[in-house]
Amino acid sequence: MGMTMTQKILAAHAGLDSVVAGQLIECNLDVVMANDITGPMALPIFRQMADKVFDKDKVVLVPDHFTPNKDIKSAQNARDIQDFSREQGLTHHMVQGKCGVEHAILPERGIVTAGECIIGADSHTCSYGALGAFGTGVGTTDIATGMATGQAWFKVPSAIKFVLTGKPSQYVSGKDIILHIIGMIGVDGALYKSMEFVGDGIEHLTMDDRFTICNMAIEAGGKNGIFPVDQQTLDYIHEHSTKPYQVFEADEDAEYEQVIEIDLAQIRPTVAFPHLPGNAHTIDEIEASEKIYIDQVVIGSCTNGRISDMRKAAAILKGKTVHPEVRVMVIPATQKIFLQCMEEGLAQIFVESGCAFNTPSCGACMGGHMGVMCKGEKCVSTSNRNFVGRMGDVESLIYLASPEVAAASALAGYIANPEKIGGEE
Amino acid sequence: MIANGKVLKYGDNVDTDVIIPARYLNSFDAKELASHVMVDLDPTFVDRLEPGDIVVAKSNFGCGSSREHAPLALKTAGVSCVIANSFARIFYRNSINIGFPILECPEAVAGIDEGDKVEVEFETGVIKNLTKGTSFQAQAFPPFLQKMIEANGLVNYVNAKK
Repeated sequence: MGMTMTQKILAAHAGLDSVVAGQLIECNLDVVMANDITGPMALPIFRQMADKVFDKDKVVLVPDHFTPNKDIKSAQNARDIQDFSREQGLTHHMVQGKCGVEHAILPERGIVTAGECIIGADSHTCSYGALGAFGTGVGTTDIATGMATGQAWFKVPSAIKFVLTGKPSQYVSGKDIILHIIGMIGVDGALYKSMEFVGDGIEHLTMDDRFTICNMAIEAGGKNGIFPVDQQTLDYIHEHSTKPYQVFEADEDAEYEQVIEIDLAQIRPTVAFPHLPGNAHTIDEIEASEKIYIDQVVIGSCTNGRISDMRKAAAILKGKTVHPEVRVMVIPATQKIFLQCMEEGLAQIFVESGCAFNTPSCGACMGGHMGVMCKGEKCVSTSNRNFVGRMGDVESLIYLASPEVAAASALAGYIANPEKIGGEE
Repeated sequence: MIANGKVLKYGDNVDTDVIIPARYLNSFDAKELASHVMVDLDPTFVDRLEPGDIVVAKSNFGCGSSREHAPLALKTAGVSCVIANSFARIFYRNSINIGFPILECPEAVAGIDEGDKVEVEFETGVIKNLTKGTSFQAQAFPPFLQKMIEANGLVNYVNAKK
């Protein structure tokens, strides 16, 4: 029986010719990553097992969640991983102010590439599937073990195949596609499974679209999301990385639990209402209902903080002014993207239109800092979770959307259709 | 090993943000985390919880973030086990790794109400509702997982084998 793309990557990393869904295997890891929340907790566990990391090229600790340090405890946590990173001589030594959000910085620096097996102590580690890699989130104990041994055990996942056809319309991007999919299959629709995206529609998806789609595989319960490697992937890899890479393809007779066909041309701008990423509504449904007035807009995160997200938001905001009662945070995901925003004039557009233009951080997305909401406030966010209390008070509300919808809503003061460039107030 | 306690019951998709909100994640001190556990879902949880109590929930328990702080907070607060229709995969793995027993058993979830007294035997996977006099069969933990739970987690289990 044939293997899925994910199964092939896992088999290769377990030194096996073939694997089947449900099989328990032990894999060699190419990258082991943690951040300033999960990393400090892993260090005492790591020290019970080892003095040195298994490979200083392959362990990466990224300070991004409570950075810039939000309080004394957070400062200590960031200090602990920075000291550890230096003491261990880690090749990719990440220091705040010089890096960015983990799932943006690792691909940008070429630390992750096609065909790899990657674990991260962060649930959105599934993002790296955009590169044709297996990436999955784990907890602290698993990451500490991975840092010490370079190995992790996995149950080989079954898969759902998503056959994407057609070309998305101008204001539909990766975010709308993944919110549409989660709305269709539910927040546990891919529980324990791979989400493999194929079909001739993927040629219309940029690498940034693919990162966004794979990033939110976890929001459907998925173990990983993955795209095949095509010319766009290779161009991206050659631009960002000098690492050797390997291209895997699913077998033609691979077995899938489910095959779902999606015509991208039919997908509308889509918003996930509180309190689940699967609570999807199209912009047409929203326009046909009572207006949803908002207090805050966040454009950024590991889901939508990349340069194309910045460009799309700026194109809508250019020459206009955000609603007087709405605060807007634009947060490029890395220092490089921040600089690109300056060079391309996007930073000026954001600030002139009335947005705060912030340093890279995960803070706003997880209610850590730099964008926390009080009771009763509503936010349109390009991030990935709209759970109760995720961005602050338990009585605040989060609507997940694309950068285009977020920018249009920032102008209108309510959730608005980007096709009408900020509504018709 | 046996768990025995009264049940606190919840619905679908109990996520790790409500189990332990990010605003408390500047610490990984288990007791401090435990003092805030479940606060955004049920502010009465910590006050009502007695050591050994059992959390029962519907589908996709522990979805969201990879924070191991979530099962650690539940365990340290005194929860003896979680029974649910299904668990999110990272939460499942994290729980086993810290020696926190969790069981998938939709029949038990359907047959147990808030406040019921329940007993769980991990060797056999038998869940008894002592209040209603009913019994359910979950999949028993294989011996290596039983040992991992008895050793209080993966690290101790691995070190004990050295």
